[in-house]
Amino acid sequence: MPKDPSIKSVLVIGSGPIVIGQACEFDYSGTQACRVLRAEGIRVILVNSNPATIMTDPEFADATYIEPITTQFLEEIIAKERPDAILATLGGQTALNAAIGLHSAGLLEKYGTKLIGADVDAIERGENREIFRSIVAKIGGESAQSVVCHTITDCYKAATELNYPVVVRPSFTMGGLGSGIAFNREDLELIAGAGLRHSPTSEVLLEESILGWKEFELEVMRDHNDNVVIVCSIENIDPMGVHTGDSITVAPALTLTDVEFQNLRNLSIKIIREVGVATGGCNIQFAINPLDGRIVVIEMNPRVSRSSALASKATGFPIAKIATKLAIGYSLDEIRNDITKMTPASFEPTLDYIVVKVPRFAFEKFPEADPRLTTTMKSVGEAMAIGRSFPEALQKALRSLEKKGSSFSWETPSQNVATLLDLMRTPTEFRLRQVQQALAFGASIAEVHSATKIDIWFLTQIDLINELAKNISAAADLDRPLLLQAKRMGFSDQQISTLRAISEDEVRRLRHRLELRPVYKTVDTCAAEFEAFTPYHYSSYEEESEVKPRTKPAVIILGSGPNRIGQGIEFDYSCVHASFTLSEAGYETIMVNCNPETVSTDYDTSDRLYFEPLTLEDVLEIINAETIAGPVLGVIAQLGGQTPLGLAQGLLDAGVTILGTSPAAINLAEDRGEFGRILNEAGLRAPEYGMAFSFEEAVAVATRIKYPVLVRPSFVLGGRGMEIVYDDESLKSFIVKATEITPNHPVLIDRFLDDAIEIDVDALFDGESLYLAGVMEHIEEAGIHSGDSACVLPSMSLTPSQLLEIRDATEKIARGVGVRGLINIQYAVAANQLYVLEANPRASRTVPYVSKATGVQLAKAAARICVGATLAQLRELEMLPNLEVGKAHGISVKEAVLPWNRFRRTDGKGVDSVLGPEMRSTGEVMGIADNFGAAYAKSQIASFGPLPQNGSVFLSLSEKDKTAALSSAQELFAMGFKIYATSGTHTFLAANGVASTSVRKHSEDERNANDESAVEIITSGKVDLIINTPLGRGTRQDGWLIRTAAIQRSLPCITTIPGFKAAVAGIQSLRNDQLAVRSLQSWLS
Amino acid sequence: MSAFLVLDDGRIFEGDSWAATGETFGEAVFTTGMTGYQETLTDPSYHKQVVIMTAPHIGNTGMNKIDEESKQIWVSGFVVRNPSPVSSNWRATSDLESDLIKASVVGISGIDTRALTRHIRDRGAMRVGIFSKMELTREEMVIRVRQAPAMSGAFLSEDVSTAKPYVISPPAGTAKEFKVAAIDLGIKAATPRNMAARGMEVHVLPITTTIADIEALNPDGVFLSNGPGDPATMHGVIELVREILERKIPIFGICFGQQILGRALGFETYKLQFGHRGINQPVLNKTTGRVEITAHNHGFAVEAPTDVRFTTVYGAGEVTHISLNDGVVEGLRLIDRPAFSVQYHPEAAAGPHDANYLFDDFADLMRSARA
Repeated sequence: MPKDPSIKSVLVIGSGPIVIGQACEFDYSGTQACRVLRAEGIRVILVNSNPATIMTDPEFADATYIEPITTQFLEEIIAKERPDAILATLGGQTALNAAIGLHSAGLLEKYGTKLIGADVDAIERGENREIFRSIVAKIGGESAQSVVCHTITDCYKAATELNYPVVVRPSFTMGGLGSGIAFNREDLELIAGAGLRHSPTSEVLLEESILGWKEFELEVMRDHNDNVVIVCSIENIDPMGVHTGDSITVAPALTLTDVEFQNLRNLSIKIIREVGVATGGCNIQFAINPLDGRIVVIEMNPRVSRSSALASKATGFPIAKIATKLAIGYSLDEIRNDITKMTPASFEPTLDYIVVKVPRFAFEKFPEADPRLTTTMKSVGEAMAIGRSFPEALQKALRSLEKKGSSFSWETPSQNVATLLDLMRTPTEFRLRQVQQALAFGASIAEVHSATKIDIWFLTQIDLINELAKNISAAADLDRPLLLQAKRMGFSDQQISTLRAISEDEVRRLRHRLELRPVYKTVDTCAAEFEAFTPYHYSSYEEESEVKPRTKPAVIILGSGPNRIGQGIEFDYSCVHASFTLSEAGYETIMVNCNPETVSTDYDTSDRLYFEPLTLEDVLEIINAETIAGPVLGVIAQLGGQTPLGLAQGLLDAGVTILGTSPAAINLAEDRGEFGRILNEAGLRAPEYGMAFSFEEAVAVATRIKYPVLVRPSFVLGGRGMEIVYDDESLKSFIVKATEITPNHPVLIDRFLDDAIEIDVDALFDGESLYLAGVMEHIEEAGIHSGDSACVLPSMSLTPSQLLEIRDATEKIARGVGVRGLINIQYAVAANQLYVLEANPRASRTVPYVSKATGVQLAKAAARICVGATLAQLRELEMLPNLEVGKAHGISVKEAVLPWNRFRRTDGKGVDSVLGPEMRSTGEVMGIADNFGAAYAKSQIASFGPLPQNGSVFLSLSEKDKTAALSSAQELFAMGFKIYATSGTHTFLAANGVASTSVRKHSEDERNANDESAVEIITSGKVDLIINTPLGRGTRQDGWLIRTAAIQRSLPCITTIPGFKAAVAGIQSLRNDQLAVRSLQSWLS
Repeated sequence: MSAFLVLDDGRIFEGDSWAATGETFGEAVFTTGMTGYQETLTDPSYHKQVVIMTAPHIGNTGMNKIDEESKQIWVSGFVVRNPSPVSSNWRATSDLESDLIKASVVGISGIDTRALTRHIRDRGAMRVGIFSKMELTREEMVIRVRQAPAMSGAFLSEDVSTAKPYVISPPAGTAKEFKVAAIDLGIKAATPRNMAARGMEVHVLPITTTIADIEALNPDGVFLSNGPGDPATMHGVIELVREILERKIPIFGICFGQQILGRALGFETYKLQFGHRGINQPVLNKTTGRVEITAHNHGFAVEAPTDVRFTTVYGAGEVTHISLNDGVVEGLRLIDRPAFSVQYHPEAAAGPHDANYLFDDFADLMRSARA
């Protein structure tokens, strides 16, 4: 049956901000959905609070709502737009939960609309663990023994029946949030307690432990004709016990016989039918006992998932795109396979290569957090690599992580083999390295298998890599056969150079002299059975290359690699925009990236896609292959964040043209001395600073410019290793840490501007003139990393003359640095004085936000400038407005989203959620309205959940903040909020006519035994909003207890005075019912 | 680098010697299945073929006794990118390379199997030789390949058919409902196993079986198995099938069996450019409109009209299944006589079980023929 003609408009629900467990894979899937629907002539209404997504670009939908994904806002949108159908299976768990919310509130019926893709019953059957278990039993499958519990007492009882360890899984959460393995009653109390809170239905499942079993996942699709195909099988190298998102995985499954695989396939088909996913995709996870082949069905997700994105990239089968087509009525055999053109989508992709995915973690940002990998996902990103063998794909994937110590190396490890064997029993992000080092230094495969339960097949492959490493370092001569063998096993020139104690450059020259270069194969869904028309390539050291010659000049765009804190979807957004606009301008666009979650690695985005690590070696080889294929104009390195910027100089040295801002200009902005000279010449001021190579020098600098000072290593992104220190002692401890991070770079010490307003600016410069795209004012004061700070566009407190001053300063800096394209500058205004904090001559994290708030596509303009366009020409093309300064449409507030609920300390308690100069947010949301309060309220609702309109507020203010907070406290009081306050705050408020109830701090003794403690009132649910500004120095135990209690109750917790003021403005807006929805198209028109 | 794979058209791939050494010849075919190398190796349909595995790692799960499709390895040569140095599976009883050496199958590893597959895809299945640890010049190797027999016109059934009849009975607990005469042209173990599971007592008979033998057995139905070779050479069996059609004994054919039924009905068979070999092939069941993902292993196909019913000397018939990839005839059915066949493998092994219902259809056909 072709398209359902009754569907003329569809509401697509996005997944909101990037959080751990739900990242930009849902921008990839949602963008595909929007494209498909629009191509079918269907009116697309989109809701997503995340401005950094491609899907929220106004051209991807007819009406784009950057609004919070809550029942209330969805109802307003539905009432206004009256969509015929709602597609909620492509926006992750957020969208699915939102759909269930609409259903439970009776809104689907009320507005005569329906869910397509999966209905509520199917979602319920797939996600409710009890129902799902009965389905598994009905189709003849087996589940792990388990008991459903609704209270902690149920949990204790169940654990006694199942025997410890038990696995705790809450219902209806994503990314395994709130789940874990309890080895004893204390563990259980912590894990199940949190699980019960995180589950919207207060339900957890306790399960017999199948730790150490092999883990597999199948991606399944079904159409309305009941045709079912298996798109991909994925095997976890990390056995059961580590969340799939945190596991190193491989596709296809490599250790199954056909009989075993067909069993999984049959079970999957029966499950998707019985659950009743009418059309679309789902994934089903299995565990297999390696000793007897017993299969246990673990769970299913009745929606497109993170694994679907991985499977799509791994196979070339675009699951989200096809799921959308199926949802509007097509059947699989009516859909063509894009890659082969001749064959239909009703087939099962077959791979003639190996795909390895490795997670990227950010524990260095959360030093308190428990580093053990469990069933709660903790990784923030992932890299994928493709090779013609497992060792090749694995080694490529590891170097794609761009993290020191990720790639295999063979220097003597700091721990001995016995210690390594012991350490690897506990899965952490370091386990694979421990395995490799133990095998390299004498552990047997059997010993490592017994410690980790990793299949001996994988261990043997790692052993082969180690063996070859030994040969490489021992061989008298690095001859062609040996070097070829090394490259085929995925060794980088860099690894070989270390093994041979020569330079990487020498290895490269030798390799080129021996004519050893990679070829590029094609991901074609069919193992070459049919011709492929989509140039989606990966490298391998083989005989035959499949890169086709071309005549159009090519622009190579370097992506941003795996998501990490500080470098995420915003940079992918800019790369994708560059690709779109340069393609329009008549260039052949070539994307290089290794992040499977992104839109940039969709083979539909660029003319050619190279799924390759972003290292100098890998990029140079691509450039070589493409230079042979046809003219190459150059490489764009300024849009993908620090990753491509870090490559720019090396590329230039190798004779590659860098389009746009030159590497020399980039270095100029990074070099404090040089940059200071530019500022001097322009008559601009920076906070006093100094540079130090030793602790003694650092103390001297700090004494000169006076504490508090901001210290950081040079060349960083996302505030990595940045800290505000108040005395010599903390300065010393920082330097010890920092010099570990970057041994070759000095430490920078800046005067820290207390009470300054921080301003972020994005601008375009073509060499002659400047377009000041956006001036954002941070809501938190300086000292909070800009990535973690809420900000507002247009700025609320700058005067016209200050704006003019900023414009001039920006132009001077852009000219002085030599920018061609984008520049981001951070300023601070303290006591009416403008300070330049830093300048980054590249696309910034705020580019998508500014683009959406002002309706000007900055990244597209930047890409055009890179290939020679001027601002004047861009104005003629209507890519830029006839303005010198961007104009915001409405007031847009950006708020950061922080992953506190993901991390616990090893003692099970939460990690501290106080903000600082080190960036820790994973994503962002935007709220747009015609007044600040409403915009702020929307941003808070989208990021943390609703602000209360009445009820109780807990206030605990540090001494220095009390006066500044008074007016806001008074407003709350006037609105009728009951106020709880700690003793100091209570006394201060009383003296100023605000009544409050005194509560005890945890650290106070119990002499006021009548008072409840702050933590008690929070955990007992008496409070709806928490304002807690930290004390600055000294013990922060109370603040920490309060904030972690807030996170566990999922309560909004504000830690700054400007945040407090904005929240009160937001509450006023809520009470005045000013939160109307309005589409981006309407704002921008 | 001590082995060479040499194609009929002169292209040579250098690789590593693997499995048995020496030389071997056959038709170069590729299979795209990612699982099931053991089933492939022991499938008699691969007799005289040098099989190229497109999946890059082969041998990971070793070899076991249970998954064998026949008593021996049939391929004449085996080409893999990365053979596994270990067998990792709880059922494994031996490893792939030692089984290949025992069966004297010459192999080659480490070559660009994707380039080789693309070559065959573009130029068609052709003769190939593997020379492992041999002292021959490139020219000598090409000449030897060109001297080897081609697959077109090859009569191979005698090599693979059973010498003596044997019986596979329904498993304990399953009542015997039918007696089936299975003509073994290279039958796979999974086929009688699937039939037996449905209450069929399967008499596997040699290729030399006559109509008199069939009449003496008095079966409820006759099964025509898969097997190697060119269907155009199968004059004897084709005549036998016509005799069976005359007698209105229900017939079910798989793969080679379909080609023989097709020829018995008067259709031509032809050689495909590079064949269908894989376990991911979409087939449209024209009766239900549904898609089956199926296992394929065929280099020839039946030429029959796919859009209209056809007429034969045995009455009207129709094409029931077609390949969605290239429109090849994948299933036939007579309307006036109890006979049907498919070009693919409902018994799977290796491959998906979507088409398993065809064995039920065979049972139904025999049941209704009785009534």
